[in-house]
Amino acid sequence: MSYGAGHPQSFWTRYVWSQDHKVIAIQYTITALAIGLVGLVLSDLMRLQLGFPGKFAFIDASRYYQFLTMHGMIMVVYLLTALFLGGFGNYLIPLMVGARDMVFPFLNMLSYWFYLLAVLILAGSFFVPGGPTGAGWTLYPPQAILPGTPGTEWGIIVMLVSLLVFIAAATMGGLNYVTTVLQARTTGMTLMRMPLTVWGIFTATILALLAFPALFVSGVMMLFDKALGTSFFVPAVVSMGRHLPHQGGSPLLFQHLFWFFGHPEVYIVALPAFGIISDLVSVHARRQIFGYKMMVWAIVVIGGLSFVVWAHHMYVSGMHPYFGFFFATTTLIIAVPTALKVYNWTLTLWRGDIHLTVPMLFAVGFISTFVIGGLTGLFLGNVSVDIPLSNTYFVVAHFHMVMGVSPVLAVFGGLYHWFPKVSGRMYDVMLGRVHFWITFVGTYLIFFPMHYLGLLGMPRRYYAYEHYAFIPDSAQALNAFITIVALFVGVSQLLFLLNLCWSAARGREAGGNPWRAASLEWHTPQTPPVHGNWGEQTPVVYRGAYEYGLQDGDSDYASQDQPPDAVAAGQRAPAQEAP
Amino acid sequence: MALALVLILIVVGALEFHYMSPWWITPIASNWQQMDDALLLTFAITGVAFVVINLFMAYALVTFKHQDGVRAAAMHASTRLEWWLAGATTVGIVALLAPGLSVYARLIDPPPDAMVFEVLGQQWQWHYRLPGKDGKLGSTDVRFISNANPYGINPADPSGQDDLLVAGQEMHIPAGKPVRVLLRAQDVLHDFYVPEFRTRMNMVPGMVTSFWFTPTRAGRFEVMCAQLCGIGHFNMRSYVVVDDEPTYRTWLAAQPSFAAQVAAAAGGEQPGQQGRLLAQSRGCSACHSVDGNPGAGPSWKGLFGRSETMNDGATVRVDETYLRESIVNPAARIVKGYQPIMPAQQLSPTEVAQLVDYIKTIR
Repeated sequence: MSYGAGHPQSFWTRYVWSQDHKVIAIQYTITALAIGLVGLVLSDLMRLQLGFPGKFAFIDASRYYQFLTMHGMIMVVYLLTALFLGGFGNYLIPLMVGARDMVFPFLNMLSYWFYLLAVLILAGSFFVPGGPTGAGWTLYPPQAILPGTPGTEWGIIVMLVSLLVFIAAATMGGLNYVTTVLQARTTGMTLMRMPLTVWGIFTATILALLAFPALFVSGVMMLFDKALGTSFFVPAVVSMGRHLPHQGGSPLLFQHLFWFFGHPEVYIVALPAFGIISDLVSVHARRQIFGYKMMVWAIVVIGGLSFVVWAHHMYVSGMHPYFGFFFATTTLIIAVPTALKVYNWTLTLWRGDIHLTVPMLFAVGFISTFVIGGLTGLFLGNVSVDIPLSNTYFVVAHFHMVMGVSPVLAVFGGLYHWFPKVSGRMYDVMLGRVHFWITFVGTYLIFFPMHYLGLLGMPRRYYAYEHYAFIPDSAQALNAFITIVALFVGVSQLLFLLNLCWSAARGREAGGNPWRAASLEWHTPQTPPVHGNWGEQTPVVYRGAYEYGLQDGDSDYASQDQPPDAVAAGQRAPAQEAP
Repeated sequence: MALALVLILIVVGALEFHYMSPWWITPIASNWQQMDDALLLTFAITGVAFVVINLFMAYALVTFKHQDGVRAAAMHASTRLEWWLAGATTVGIVALLAPGLSVYARLIDPPPDAMVFEVLGQQWQWHYRLPGKDGKLGSTDVRFISNANPYGINPADPSGQDDLLVAGQEMHIPAGKPVRVLLRAQDVLHDFYVPEFRTRMNMVPGMVTSFWFTPTRAGRFEVMCAQLCGIGHFNMRSYVVVDDEPTYRTWLAAQPSFAAQVAAAAGGEQPGQQGRLLAQSRGCSACHSVDGNPGAGPSWKGLFGRSETMNDGATVRVDETYLRESIVNPAARIVKGYQPIMPAQQLSPTEVAQLVDYIKTIR
């Protein structure tokens, strides 16, 4: 059977209104990187004010809070969520499970266009009267909709509408990814043979489908509070000397809804990163991923637990104090499966055949930054240790390490790793290495010392720290240092964009499988894969995705679609699990 | 090789930074030493994990670097090893959680004899209230809040009449006595944060939240807001002063009661009286000091009649017209060196006039 008899031929149907999951993936990736670049610039603008307060007159307090809010929302939702699910998920799921496309290609296309619309609406909030909202990315009411906060005129409405559109996009995409994984796997591709990247994205998508509705309803309710004067989240208040007609609303209700979404959201970003790192480590260390089964179960258990830890963001919110016992316990339990994943990555390196390619550099960088970010999570998850640290720079340093830097390193590693498949060409290795070193060392220099500003007690979300006697002058010097490094790291990301653009056009031909990888996406008949992915027949799978480290024969690996007799002929199958 | 070296350097650098850094927790001023102990224990346990994992990776990267002709090991799982590691991690987690939760149990269990004071948060300043001789705080409701009654105390509640309303932005407490802090907010979320006391809590409109501590040493401690509350968030300051008992008694005796304040407001013949109440209730005094200290906006001390340089270089003599304009349309002309961050407020012409009258009195 030939797939999709009439392949679309015109430029518009091939590249713009495309229903090919690979084109949609590239559209998602480029859009996410573009808005991510805006988020990066915003962070450097904030750093300018923090490092050199008052030196840049255009960054006033209103703008500072607007930059802060937009930076957070863009990075968490519009960059990372979209890139992992819409970018990596779209490209890799069908190729890795041996499908010809997503099961609902039209819906998939619609998902991208809704995502683009959400991004454009969000970007539009920079141009509405009063500018974008400055309520912080958590958008806590009543502050988000009352005077005294920048962007309460239009910015908050535009932000909420954009989020609602984004959630529609994520839902359309998410249904597709889940259904494709469950229904469209090729012959022999059992669930326990899937690459961990697919497991990570699949589980993250389920989390997204269950968690985003909480954000959706809270967004609708806040829109009603703002536009129609309802009182879901706003009790009777006196705002700037005026008695407002609201009555009976609960600010805590919003926080519960937000974090019921918000904590799974952390894992929506982390689980795909876990999966990608597992694949990168295994391929480039030429060794079977250590404890595949445990890795799968860890992903599933972490995904499940992520729904019962949300209120660790609310230890000082004023909720009933007994909640603290429950949520501290569940939060620290989640450290066990997460730690196992880290152990298994490092044990995969152990007795491996390690090739320090650019993707591998990023993978090792990820493990290191994820370890420190995860460990500081043990401070903040443990309620009585959290209380003095909450809303200080310790929190900022923690979540940037664990869900900023780490996932971004996974994104870079993944993009370098699969770039040869997507473009058919190899990236420039030297530029890639320089990009890694600046990013990895730079982010350590930025965020490691920041923990100590938090220990000192410097609260986050402060426009300025002048005239606070308990903050020594040296803290300002440290902030200036952090700013300089952040600017340098920010600018150096241009190396990455330059590398991708130049290499996509001029890079050397990479061949179909430059990494000698075993999973299916490296064994397409054409590189880059054409619409429909496979030739006449979809591949048949005989083994798991990580058969590296074969001891005999010419090749040290067996691809998933290699029949057993072909392996038996020249090679011995790799040893089974040791006791 | 370079990567292994950098991982080792990160470990060494992190340890050195940890021990040498001048930035560390503020000297504690409350009874919550156990919270600091839990923090240090967490540093110790997580520090070991950080060092071991990074060094293990560095070792593996050097030892198992690609060599021609050498293949990776075929063994790829060890259930036993995984269970041992999971077990060791669980022990570590329990070692963190057990002391953490036992401190928490004490943290949420205030002693019954603790003295009480109340903090009311407002964009962007703090108000403090103490129970009077009856030992009880009067009931409150947001709907009672007005210029003359910024705390929203129920005028019909007899137990509120003797409540002491702290004048100014400084709250005093006696050392060595447990104190339970009740927290309210009248507009948005705030968080009453004094780093030296360690414990704290959000202030939520529509709710009364609380925390408790025992101040252990005398001193003047800065109060900050630690929950984003709008553009003045970073500048929402006041002080808690921990006194010895006699000093505290003297201070306490000087604080006016609610009933006295109501009577004074009704009498209200002092020039600027209405404007002063207005300035306090609308939060003006959060940014505009009356003692010449710098704030987010120009101090009002001696402002009237002075010549000020504007952002555009022009010089303006501060008269009634300029003051009125700056209140009604704050962004019109900004004094050099300040940011245009002041929100426009809805004030009646009478109220604007009262504010201007008040500013004129601050010499």
